[in-house]
Amino acid sequence: MARKKNEKPNETVTQGGENAIQNKEIEGLSQSQIVRRRFVRHKAAMTSVFILLFLIVAVFTSLEIKLGPFRWRGWWQFKYDELLELRTEGCPEGIVGCPTLDAVPSFIDGTPMGLGRHPFGQDDIGRDYFAMVMRGAQRSIYVMVVIGFLAAMIGTVVGAISGYFRGWVDAVLMRFTDFIITIPSIIIGSVVGYHFGNLGVGFLAFYLGLFAWTGLSRLVRGEFLKLRELEFVDAARVAGASNRRIIFKHILPNAVGVIIVSVTLLMSGAILLETALSYLGFGVVAPDVSLGSLISQYQDSFTTRPWLFWYPGIFIITIALSINFIGDGLRDAFDPRQRRRLTKKDKERARAQAKIAANND
Amino acid sequence: MLFVILFGSSYILYNLAAISGDPLEALRTSREPNAAQQIITLTRELNLDVPPPLRYFIWLRGILGIFVGSPDFGEARTGQQVSEMIALAIPTTLRLVAGATIIAIVLGISIGIITALRQYSRFDYAMTFVAFLLFSLPIFWVAVLLKEFLAIQFNNFLSNPTISPPWLIGLSLFSGIFWAAILSGDRKRVLIVFSGVFIANAALLQVLSVTQWFADPGFGPIVLFLLSIGVAFLVTHLSTGINNQAALRSSLAMAVLTLVLYYPNQWLFEVEAKTVVFPLMVLTLFAVAATVPLLFSRIDRGPIIRTSILSAFIMGLLTVVDKLMQTWRPYMETDAVYYRPVPTFGQTNALLEPGNFWMTFLDLLVHLFLPTTALLLISFAGYVRFSRGTLLEVLNQDYIRTARAKGLTERTVIMRHAFRNTMIPLTTIMVVDFAGIIGGAIITERIFGWFGMGTLFNQAINSLDLNLLMGVFFITAFLAVSANLVADLLYSALDPRIRAVSRSK
Repeated sequence: MARKKNEKPNETVTQGGENAIQNKEIEGLSQSQIVRRRFVRHKAAMTSVFILLFLIVAVFTSLEIKLGPFRWRGWWQFKYDELLELRTEGCPEGIVGCPTLDAVPSFIDGTPMGLGRHPFGQDDIGRDYFAMVMRGAQRSIYVMVVIGFLAAMIGTVVGAISGYFRGWVDAVLMRFTDFIITIPSIIIGSVVGYHFGNLGVGFLAFYLGLFAWTGLSRLVRGEFLKLRELEFVDAARVAGASNRRIIFKHILPNAVGVIIVSVTLLMSGAILLETALSYLGFGVVAPDVSLGSLISQYQDSFTTRPWLFWYPGIFIITIALSINFIGDGLRDAFDPRQRRRLTKKDKERARAQAKIAANND
Repeated sequence: MLFVILFGSSYILYNLAAISGDPLEALRTSREPNAAQQIITLTRELNLDVPPPLRYFIWLRGILGIFVGSPDFGEARTGQQVSEMIALAIPTTLRLVAGATIIAIVLGISIGIITALRQYSRFDYAMTFVAFLLFSLPIFWVAVLLKEFLAIQFNNFLSNPTISPPWLIGLSLFSGIFWAAILSGDRKRVLIVFSGVFIANAALLQVLSVTQWFADPGFGPIVLFLLSIGVAFLVTHLSTGINNQAALRSSLAMAVLTLVLYYPNQWLFEVEAKTVVFPLMVLTLFAVAATVPLLFSRIDRGPIIRTSILSAFIMGLLTVVDKLMQTWRPYMETDAVYYRPVPTFGQTNALLEPGNFWMTFLDLLVHLFLPTTALLLISFAGYVRFSRGTLLEVLNQDYIRTARAKGLTERTVIMRHAFRNTMIPLTTIMVVDFAGIIGGAIITERIFGWFGMGTLFNQAINSLDLNLLMGVFFITAFLAVSANLVADLLYSALDPRIRAVSRSK
C-alpha cells in the first residue's frame, strides 16, 4: 500500500505518458498484427509454444512411421512393442530395467551426461519404455488434435447458425446442445470408448470429438448474437451479401478470438479426458499404448520402479500445461481491453518525455 | 424445460449405451449346453427383442412413476433394486465431495482474491503457474503421488516424529517466502516479514519436533485461548474493521468463553446421550454468540453480532479439532490401526471396534483425507482463476472508484463493495460445480476404493447394465439440471440488474 501512495503525485503525468506509449505502439497496425505482437510478448505463452513444438516434432519423428509408400525409420533405435533383454547391470539390488538417463553433468557425479541404452528404463517384460512413452504421447496428441479439430468445426457451425438465425433454429439447436451438455463427458467417453476403443484410436477420437463441441457452440452463439446487431453486418446485408457470406466473411473473423482460445483450452481438456478414459480402461486398449494406459498399467509399481510412473505423467503435464499457457497468452492477446503491463523502464521513459514536453512549453 | 432436457439427454444416452454393447455376446459364444435357453430368458428379462429407441419408453414408464409416488428404476443385472443401490451410494459420494468442495471454495476464493489485489506481483505469477499446473494434472496421477507421500511416507514419519534439519529449513523457507509474497511491500518490509515468519516457523517446528507433538497432538487450553484471540482479531478485522471496539470486545469475550468452558466442554464431549447433547451445544454456541454483543453495543448491532457468531463458530471448530487431536494417540494405538493412521484405500477401517464416537469420527476423517486432498487440488485451481478474474473486473467498475473517492477505507472498499459483488457470479458457479462433481468423482472413487455413484456407474458400463447406468445418470443429470435452475434463480435474486434485463425481454 505504501508504495502506491508514494506514486500518487506523479500519476497524472505518468498516465498520459503511458497512454501515449500504448497508442503509439498500435498505431497503423491491423488487428491481427496487434494480436500477434501481444502474443509474442507473452513470455510464458511463447516458451510454451517452443516447448510444445519441440515435443511434437521429437515425439512424431522418434518412431517408425509408414504412410503408404512413404516410410520414415525414426531416430530411436527400438520399437515400442519390441521385446528386449532386461538390463540388470547398474540397477539397485533386485530391480531390473532401471532407466539409464543421466541428466547430472560429470563434474558432479563423475559419470558423463547421456541417454544410455534405455533412458526411461524398461517395463516388466523388457520393452523399451522410452519408445512406449513416445508411442503413448503420439496417440495422446493425435486424439487431442482430432477432438480439438472436430469440436471446433461442429461447435463453430452450430453456434454460428443458431446465433445468426435465432428463432426456432436457435431453439432447436440449443436444446440439442443442452441434451448433450447434461451428459458428463466422461460418461459419454466411457460409453463410446467401451465400444469403439478397440476399433483403434482414430475411431475413439472421432466419436469423442462428436460430443466435445457443446461448450464452444454456446460461446460462439453468444458472440454471434452480439455481433449480428452491429452496423457492419447491416452494411453487408444492404450491399446484398448472402447469409452464408455474412456468417463466414463478416462475423466469423470477428469471433475468431473466442473460438481459438476456447479450442486450446478444449484441447488441454481433451488430452486429460483421453488419459482418464484410458486409465479407466475405456480408451486406448492394449497392445496399443497411450500415456493414460501406461500410468494405469504401472501405478502399483510406483514404490519399486517409479520411472514407469513418472515419465508418462510428466509428458501429460508438459503437454497440457503448455497448451493452457498458450491459451492464456491468446486470451490476453485477443482481449481488446488488455493493456500491456508497463515495465519500470517504460514508466521512466514516459516520465522523462513528459518532463521534456513540459519544459518545452 | 427441466423435463424436456432430462428426457432428451436420457434418450440420447440410452440409445448410445444400447448400441455400444450387446449383453448377449458372452452367451452367444459360450459352449454351455443351456446357452440358448439363457439367451431366451435374458432377452425376455431385459426386453432385448424390442429395439432400443422403443425400449427406452419401457424404462421411462418406470421412471414416470415419480408422479404417482412410486418410481421404478428397475433391477440391476445383479438382481438388486437400482433405487436401493443408488440410495446407498449417494451418502458416500456426498461425504467425499462435500468436504473437498467446501475447502476448495474457501481456499480458492481467498487465494484468488489475494492474487487479484496483488495483480502482477510475484505471488500472482506464482499462483497463476500453480493454478495452471493443477489444471493440467491428471487426477489418477496425483492420487498415486498422494498415496506415496502423504500416506506411506507420512506414516513412516509418524513412527518417529522428529523433523530433520533439511526439512525444517525447507518448510520454514517455504512459508517465509509465501507470507512475504502475500504481504508484499517495499524491500525492507518483505525482508522483515520473511525473516520473522522464517524464524517463528523454524522455532515452532523445532518445538513440535522435540516434544514429539505429532505422536500426541493437541492444543490444550492455553494454546487454544491464544488461537482464539488470534481468530477474534482476524475475524473482526475482516468483518467490521479493528476500529469497531464493540465488535472486537465481543469477539474477545467469545475467546475468553472458549477458555472458561474448555474443561466443561471436554466433559460434555464424553457424555453418553450424544444425539441430544451435541445439537444443544451447537445451539447454545450460536445463542451465546448472538446475545453477548448486546452487552457491548446499543447501536448498529447487526455487523457486531455477525462478527461474534463467525468467531464463535471458528473457535468451536478449534475446540472440536483439539478433541480430535486428543483422540489421535488412542486411535494410533488400537490394534486396527497400529501406528499407521493414514490409509490409502477404503471408506472406514472395518477392524476398528465400534462404539467410541470420537474414534469412529476420526477414522472417518482420516479415510477422507487423501481423496479429499486429491479432489481439492483439482477443483481448487478453477476457483482461484475465476475469483481472481471476477474481482479484477469488479475493481475496474465505477462504483469502486466512487467508494474510494468518498474516502472509505481500503478494507471497506474491498470487503463491502468489491467482495460482495464478486460473490454473485461465484455463487452460481459453486452450485453447478457441486452438482457436477457428484457424478464426476468416478476416477477418485475407483482409486481410493470408495463405493459411491462413480463405482456404480463404472460397474454399469462394464456389465452393460442399462437400468443401472440410466438410474445413475438420471440422478446426476437431474441434480445437474436443477442446480442450473437454482443457479439462475439465485443469480437473479442476488443481482437486481439481471431481473431488469429479463423483464425487458
